[in-house]
Amino acid sequence: MGRHSAPEADDAAAAQTGEPLLQVDDLHVEFRTGDGVAHVINGVSFDLRAGETLAVLGESGSGKSVTAQAVMGILDTPPGHVTRGAIRFHGEDMLRMSGTRRRQIRGKRIAMIFQDALSALNPVFTVGWQITETLRKREGMSKKDADERAVELMDLVRIPAARDRLKSFPHQFSGGMRQRVMIAMSLAERPEIIIADEPTTALDVTVQAQIMDLLGDLRRELGTALILITHDMGVVADVADRIAVMYAGRIVEHADVHSLYRNPAHPYTIGLLDSIPRLDDKGKRLRTIPGLPPNLTAIPSGCPFHPRCPFAQDICVTRVPPNMDLGGGRRSECHFADRIVTGELTRPDQEDE
Amino acid sequence: MAEAILTVTDLVKHFPVTRGIVFKRHIASIKAVDGVSLTLHRGETLGVVGESGCGKSTLAKVLMRLEDATSGTAVYNGQDIMSLRGEGLRRMRRQVQMVMQDPYTSLNPRMTVGDIVGEPFEIHPEVAPRGDRRARVRELLDLVGLNPEHINRYPHQFSGGQRQRIGIARALALKPEIIICDEPVSALDVSIQAQVVNLLESLQDEMGLSYIFIAHDLSVVRHICDRVAVMYLGRIVEIGTDDEIYRRPTHPYTQALLSAVPLPDPDAREHRQIIRLQGDVPSPQNPPSGCRFRTRCWKATEICVREDPPLVPREADPHPSACHHAETNTHVV
Repeated sequence: MGRHSAPEADDAAAAQTGEPLLQVDDLHVEFRTGDGVAHVINGVSFDLRAGETLAVLGESGSGKSVTAQAVMGILDTPPGHVTRGAIRFHGEDMLRMSGTRRRQIRGKRIAMIFQDALSALNPVFTVGWQITETLRKREGMSKKDADERAVELMDLVRIPAARDRLKSFPHQFSGGMRQRVMIAMSLAERPEIIIADEPTTALDVTVQAQIMDLLGDLRRELGTALILITHDMGVVADVADRIAVMYAGRIVEHADVHSLYRNPAHPYTIGLLDSIPRLDDKGKRLRTIPGLPPNLTAIPSGCPFHPRCPFAQDICVTRVPPNMDLGGGRRSECHFADRIVTGELTRPDQEDE
Repeated sequence: MAEAILTVTDLVKHFPVTRGIVFKRHIASIKAVDGVSLTLHRGETLGVVGESGCGKSTLAKVLMRLEDATSGTAVYNGQDIMSLRGEGLRRMRRQVQMVMQDPYTSLNPRMTVGDIVGEPFEIHPEVAPRGDRRARVRELLDLVGLNPEHINRYPHQFSGGQRQRIGIARALALKPEIIICDEPVSALDVSIQAQVVNLLESLQDEMGLSYIFIAHDLSVVRHICDRVAVMYLGRIVEIGTDDEIYRRPTHPYTQALLSAVPLPDPDAREHRQIIRLQGDVPSPQNPPSGCRFRTRCWKATEICVREDPPLVPREADPHPSACHHAETNTHVV
C-alpha cells in the first residue's frame, strides 16, 4: 500500500503548520428558477483542518447540502450558480481551477458519501466493479490488483466475507451494508476529506449506530477529515469536533461541540435544542420555534431569523447582525450573542399557540 | 387505570409469497405481524416502536382493516373489528381514524383543503348536514392551527408541517375516539416536528382521544406516550409504561435499541453503556426458531433456540418482557 501513503504525510505536515486543508470563504450560491432567484447560500465561510470532523447542521432548505455540493463541485448548473466566494483546497481556489485539475481532486482527494445508497449505487453492476471503477480508470490498476484492493476496502468497512461478496449486486445487500459499500468506494483512492451528506438518515437506529461508529473508527485509523452534513442533533453530538449551524444559507453559529450544546450562543440553536424531545427525560411540553423557515426567494430583511426569534428587537429587522467573535473559536451571527452566551439574556417563556 | 377501549388478542397477518403467473403456488409467508396482543386504554397514548420491517405499520393497517388479518381479534366497543363487514365496518371506521406518515403523498393534489378535510362527511353524512360542512371544515382548520381562510387552497401551497396539520384535521373530522398515527412527525424538520407533537398532545387533552403512536424515533415516543410496546420481527418483545421501558428495560433488544439512539449531549457517551448489535434483522419469511432475537443477542443460550419466550412479567421487573434472560439495565439511556 506504499504508494497510497502520501496523503497521510501531507496530513501530518498540515497539522503541524496548522494550515487548513479546506477553506471556504464568503461563498454565495443562487438558484435561478422560473419563480425568481433563490438565495440558497449567502456568505458561508469555514475552515477544515486535517483529521478534523466538522458537522454542518441545519433543517431542510438551510443550504447545508448545497454547500457540500459546491465544495465537491457537483452543483447542478443551471439552475445553481456560485456568484461569489472561494473554496480553497491546500490554498488553491477550486472555483478558478480548470475542469481537468478539478477532476483530479473530485472523488480522489475529496470524496463524498450520499444519503441514499440504493440510488447512489448502480443496480446493474456488481459492487466489486463499482468500488474498483476509479482504481481501474484513474489509477490504471489491473482488474486483479483492483479486486484485491476492493477486498481490502470491504474488510476495512467491515463487510463480512468480502471476497465472496465482490460479485454481488447492490440489491443483494441490506441498507446498512450498501452504505458500507459506498463508504468503501469513497475510500478507494484514500481521500483527504470525506463529505458525508446525511449518511445515516435512511437507516434504522441500530444500523445508524454501527455506521457512525465505523466513520469514527476510520477517521482515527486513516486520519481523514470529515464534513458531516446532518439535521440530527444527536448524531452530531457523538462524532463532531466542531459544529456549524446553518439557517437561510448562512452559518449562524459556529462552535466546538461542547460549548454549542452546553451554552448555545444563537437563538436558533437554542430553539433547536429546546424543540427536540429527550430520550433520557420525558419532559414537559416542547418549546417550539414558531413559524416556518424563510422562503429563499424573499429572505427577511436584517437578521433572517428575526420573524421567528423570541429575542428579536427593532435592530434585528433593519440590520444584518455582525459575525460576532465570542472567543475560543466561537462565532455567532446575532446582535445579542455576547449577552446570550453570558446568560444575561434568556429565552422568554412561550405562550401556547 | 382507565377502561380498555381497544383489546387486541393474538393478531396475525401473514402475506403470501407466490410463484408462477397463471397457477400461483403459495411457497411461503411473510410473517409481518405474528401474534400481537395489546390493550389501549381510553385517553392514553400507546407507542409502538421498532425498526423497519418489524411489522408496526402492518399492525396499523390491520387495525384500520385496510388489510385483513390472518387470525386474531381486536375488540372495540364490544365488537371484533376483524369480523365486521359493510355497515358495521363503516361505523367502526368513523371512530377509528388514521394520520399517515408522508404529508406529501397522503393528500390529493387536485383537491382543495376544504374538499380534503370535508371528504369524510361525504362518507358519513350523519356527522355534519350538507349545509354545515364548510363551517365545520373551517372550525377544524382553526382547531389544528391553520388559517380557516385558506380553505380553498391546494396542498402544494402549504409546507410539510402545515400539510401534516391538514391530515390531522381530516382524521378529526368525524370526532373519532381512536387515532392511529403512523410515523406522523418523521418526515418533518425538528422545529416543525415539535409544533405537531404539541398539537397532538393538546388535541388529546381537549377531545379525550386515544392514540396508537407508531414511530421509530424513541425520543419522540418517550415524550408523547404513556405506555410503549417494542416490536421485533412481528412480535411485541416488551411492553410497559414509559418509565418501565426507558428506565428499567429488561429485554436485550430494547436495551440495544435505546443504547443506539444518539443523545444530543456530547458528554453522554461517558456515562452510558454502549451496546452495538451485529448484523441485520433476519427475514420475516423465515424467522429464527425459539426466540426471534437470539441470532443477534449476546445473551442467547440453548434454551433460546428451543423455546419461544412468552411475553409475561419477569422476575427482574414486573412489566411483561419476552426474554428467558430478562435483566434490568439502567445504564443504556
